[in-house]
Amino acid sequence: MSQVSRDVIVIETPNLTRKESAPPRLTLKNITKEYPGCLANDNISMSLENGEIHALLGENGAGKSTLVKAIYGVVAPNAGELIWEGSSVKISNPANARDLGIGMVFQHFSLFETLSVSQNIELCLSKEQLASIPDLSQRISQLSEQYGLNVDPDKYVHSLSIGERQRVEIMRCLVQSVKLLILDEPTSVLTPQEVAGLFVVLKQLSKEGCSILFISHKLHEVTEICQSATILRAGKVVDTCNPKEETPASLAKMMVGDLAEQDAGYTKKTGDKVCLEVINLSLSSAQPFGTQLKNIQFDLVAGEILGIAGVAGNGQEELMSAISGEDSRAAPDMIKLNQVPIGDLGAGKRRQLGMAYVPEERLGRGAVPDMSLSENTLLTHSKGFIHKGIVDWKGLKSYTSQLIDSFKVKCHGEFSEAQSLSGGNLQKFIMGREIGQSPKVLICAHPTWGVDVGAALAIHQALLKLRDEGAAILLVSEDIDELFLLADRMAAVCDGFLSPVIRCEDTNIDQIGQWMAGTFISETDTPSKEASA
Amino acid sequence: MDIDFITQILFAAIKTGTPLLFIALGEVICEKSGVLNLGQEGMMLMGAVVGFLAAYTTGSAGLGIFGAIFMGMIMSLIFAFLVLHLGANQVATGLALTIFGTGLSAFVGADVVGQTVQGFQPIIIPLLSDIPLLGKILFTHDLLVYVSFAMAGSVAYVANRTRTGLVLKAVGENPHAANAIGIKVLRVRYCAIMFGGAMAGLSGAYMSLVYTPMWIENMSSGRGWIALALVVFASWRIGNIMLGAYLFGLASIMHLVLQGMGWSISPNLLAMLPYVATVLVMVIISADKFKEKLLAPRSLGKPFDPRQMA
Repeated sequence: MSQVSRDVIVIETPNLTRKESAPPRLTLKNITKEYPGCLANDNISMSLENGEIHALLGENGAGKSTLVKAIYGVVAPNAGELIWEGSSVKISNPANARDLGIGMVFQHFSLFETLSVSQNIELCLSKEQLASIPDLSQRISQLSEQYGLNVDPDKYVHSLSIGERQRVEIMRCLVQSVKLLILDEPTSVLTPQEVAGLFVVLKQLSKEGCSILFISHKLHEVTEICQSATILRAGKVVDTCNPKEETPASLAKMMVGDLAEQDAGYTKKTGDKVCLEVINLSLSSAQPFGTQLKNIQFDLVAGEILGIAGVAGNGQEELMSAISGEDSRAAPDMIKLNQVPIGDLGAGKRRQLGMAYVPEERLGRGAVPDMSLSENTLLTHSKGFIHKGIVDWKGLKSYTSQLIDSFKVKCHGEFSEAQSLSGGNLQKFIMGREIGQSPKVLICAHPTWGVDVGAALAIHQALLKLRDEGAAILLVSEDIDELFLLADRMAAVCDGFLSPVIRCEDTNIDQIGQWMAGTFISETDTPSKEASA
Repeated sequence: MDIDFITQILFAAIKTGTPLLFIALGEVICEKSGVLNLGQEGMMLMGAVVGFLAAYTTGSAGLGIFGAIFMGMIMSLIFAFLVLHLGANQVATGLALTIFGTGLSAFVGADVVGQTVQGFQPIIIPLLSDIPLLGKILFTHDLLVYVSFAMAGSVAYVANRTRTGLVLKAVGENPHAANAIGIKVLRVRYCAIMFGGAMAGLSGAYMSLVYTPMWIENMSSGRGWIALALVVFASWRIGNIMLGAYLFGLASIMHLVLQGMGWSISPNLLAMLPYVATVLVMVIISADKFKEKLLAPRSLGKPFDPRQMA
């Protein structure tokens, strides 16, 4: 069993200068994983060479996450074989995987916030490993320097930014000297500069012989750093390629089949009528570890999309709460909707005035997990479907079904519980529900976060249609490419400050990236200069 | 009030607070692992009655203690199986365990109500007990009080200084993440719950073998509940738990002392004093919400199913 015959290896990587005799780091043979009612992985075979950066591509629900979880021992496949460095292995739990030298950085970080960085790393090490490292803090500092990771071992995780947390996760893998590093959408939360830094680390690791399995929805990143790619669709391997020879558009085509027409760009518009004004909005945070909003000022114009870029945790959440009315502590005059002061109104009143809101957290704030889709629709459409206090269930159901159809939400029907939907599908549903109210102002966080290429396209078009109908849209996203694609004007937040607002044509990714890091703070002579450091 | 009288009050306060300390130490470990066990009262009563019966029939208080600890662990094992293995709701299961334990202990102990056993003799520690004031208060107790001191010290040490404590905290904060790095979440929780059961049993034994060496129905009189509140208000910190337990002891003594001094307040109101005083002081101590958020086990009360990964 230990010898791999060559013909089962589906993917050849001709560009690698590998000795014919060395077995690949990891070979998957016919991995199959079935969930009730869903075949997540269907006979997947692939192999990973030593030192290779290999992309795993596919839409939401294509089975990427299931596959890497099978490799990392989090889920047990129903059938198939894993061959690690030439010998067949059974990985039944993450501890097994780590003993082999497999490390994984999850999409949602798996750090313990109330522990310090070195405690987090210590927890990952077995007693033997711990014994072999005389001084963990020193080892962390040394690796930190070697790879330019910039991790302070004594800091508590809750005080770290998202980018820093990711570096802690990577550090956690490095300390146990991994041979295969799995990264699940590592760049979706980073600034462009941080992404560049991450890629330097990955390239260095690859040069040292560490194999990397890289999941991303950002195809240009894949073409930039990956040496080979496996494309999944509906649980099957549909294609393999060398991303260096492909373009993002051709990769997208492989992922979604022939349906995709990746749009190169949309027309930008200029509106004239100011719809929503935010005037000198300053607000202390209602949460511990939150960000204080400092003198935020901007206008939303009807028929325009304003994009706000920024790394998570720089005040986006607080800003959106203040505008949507979840947080109604602001002074009335700080926020005006069509000249009406609304700063102190609750979310319900603001919705009556024509505001719609798609929060970042889909399950829990965007939708009630235990309620059906039609009940969730009723929550924000109460006007249309309640007559004299009686709910019009028939109308509500047909409306919800229509919504599910037009936004291609994959679910059993309008009676499905919100929590039974995958993240991307729920996002489509919530976007559809909010857009369906034809709001005057739409506040929208991360419209396509975790959504696949096909669905993202649908959401983009729905947003642009809404804009063209004369709505003012505020997009808050960490995906800077998407903001450039959709927004007519751009700004960035950093540490609770908002940068100047600039038309998209007059700026570029570099400038916005620098704004996200806070360079505008010193430009606009605001008092706290240390924030830019 | 002379100095001897005060010494006696404080001595009695420690003695009275000891069962509460035991049970709260068990519960704090259990909660740190993310499991809320509301069955404390039931486990304690079962421990008390089994401990008493064992001591009564064999004549050995030591066997009584072991019986009580064993019983507490059995009770907690039932809870652990329901909650961890079958994924039952922790709150409902805990309440059921309390009701079950209260009823069963009354039934089992029906024949020995009012009987007495030979309790523990005080052990006067030489030298230390000669320290003026403190020596009398701290070092002239029975064996179990010293055990409680040692337990508090070791629980604090394990929770704050060792890898075991780190693992415990990790499991209580984010069981999914803990599972992902290879910690056996259910095993850790089983151990934590069983430790909680053992301590509840021991606490029961203290009640029925030492504090009042006899069996009376429902003799824990709500200490299991107070322990639950105490753990939360103490922000899961061992030092605060000790403080709270002895405060409860002191208030319990004061209500007898005040009655003895002829205060014309209804004894029923005075009997309320220890509960009110403990909760009040602990609420004041834990007023810092900011710190609270950091210390509370984030996944407290949430079931974890390793087969279901988010």
